[in-house]
Amino acid sequence: MIPGAFTYHRPTSIAEAVGLLTDLGEDARPLAGGHSLIPMMKLRLATPAHLIDLAGLTDLKGVATDGNDVVIGAMTTQHELIGSDLLAGKVPLLREVSSHIADPQVRYVGTLGGNVANGDPGNDMPAVMMCLGATYEIAGKGGKRRIAAREFYQGAYFTALEPGEIVTAIRIPAPPAGHGFAYEKLKRKVGDYATAAAAVVLTMSGGRVASCSIGLTNVAETPLWAEEAARILNGSALDAATVKKAVAAAEAITSPASDRRGTPQYRTKMAGVMLTRALARAKSRT
Amino acid sequence: MAKSQISLTVNGKTVEALVEPRTLLIHFLREQLMFTGPHIGCETSHCGACTVDLDGKSVKSCTVFAVQANGSDVRTIEGMAAADGSLHVLQEAFREMHGLQCGFCTPGMITRAYRLLQENPSPSEDEIRMGISGNLCRCTGYQNIVKAIQYAAAKISGVPFREAAE
Repeated sequence: MIPGAFTYHRPTSIAEAVGLLTDLGEDARPLAGGHSLIPMMKLRLATPAHLIDLAGLTDLKGVATDGNDVVIGAMTTQHELIGSDLLAGKVPLLREVSSHIADPQVRYVGTLGGNVANGDPGNDMPAVMMCLGATYEIAGKGGKRRIAAREFYQGAYFTALEPGEIVTAIRIPAPPAGHGFAYEKLKRKVGDYATAAAAVVLTMSGGRVASCSIGLTNVAETPLWAEEAARILNGSALDAATVKKAVAAAEAITSPASDRRGTPQYRTKMAGVMLTRALARAKSRT
Repeated sequence: MAKSQISLTVNGKTVEALVEPRTLLIHFLREQLMFTGPHIGCETSHCGACTVDLDGKSVKSCTVFAVQANGSDVRTIEGMAAADGSLHVLQEAFREMHGLQCGFCTPGMITRAYRLLQENPSPSEDEIRMGISGNLCRCTGYQNIVKAIQYAAAKISGVPFREAAE
């Protein structure tokens, strides 16, 4: 499988990259880790005339804190997320999610920015970023802007990114110390996309849920933020009856496709099972 | 389409070449440099037969363009044995533990295991299995591959290798 011909560009600054993407328009695609785009190009499902390799933009690498926020450069790889002590302390959920993504070789090159910006409903990070209340920092010809992950996803492979824009960083408000977290992912084998997955971050106070946020992966055209389910759980002791009600509310917002991972009905139920497990594990970690 | 000039190190030697931007690293290695150790298996970034070491990372060379490797240090299975032909400890381990049958996945397995042991010189069995989860073998059932990596890890650490009871 040989991709179509293209012209290769390797800019050394964000301004240069954005300039190229703007000037070349629809014919150009940014290249991050390439493990979504290159397979698409080999199948000729993508035939960009120009590839703008972002690997030379060293500003887009690394994990740092900014006040209460953790800021992760878009070109930071899954392997680097797993190895980051700062993240292990502040947002341990990310290590758990990254280690479920693809396999070691893919994690060495696959980036957080690519995972969140591609708009693939099978990707794991988008629902996690909705769960965490993350914000994406975006650069375009007109300058910089920010958009909440919860407002970013509009359809399969369809996001709020305008032509010529790239995601430069992911900004995550650090959950409070002592929070519970879990990412439960049902998959057929290592490296597979989720049949269904659920991300949970919660805090407990006096045996009751003080705050809770839930994201669901690959059970709709976009990642889902299960706001109503979390609202039901707030103030509860995570008793079985309340969890059941919340799971029903989460299942109600899913609309999974039928594919080799299962029927829509099965995948909806599995989203509920993953949520039930994630809630229990998150609680056990508080 | 204009070709790009690239310069990289492959198995310790500097290589200068002209490549089409769309040339995948695996095709460059196999067809221009004649390093046919890394294999083309699935071509869809699943099987890991094309695994090479690129700047200290295991990568699937079917999913990297040769131009992306410009300036990099690449190691393939051909770069494992010593200059005098003596086997790398992992090659020896795969032979001693019968870690292969047809051998198609072996170059990728050994190259991947090399990086795994660089990062984690004494991995648990679970860590080995997860560490090679991006490499498929359709013959062995993995048992002897895992044993081979345990053998190599023990030898590198200078401790006697004890085969786990089955």
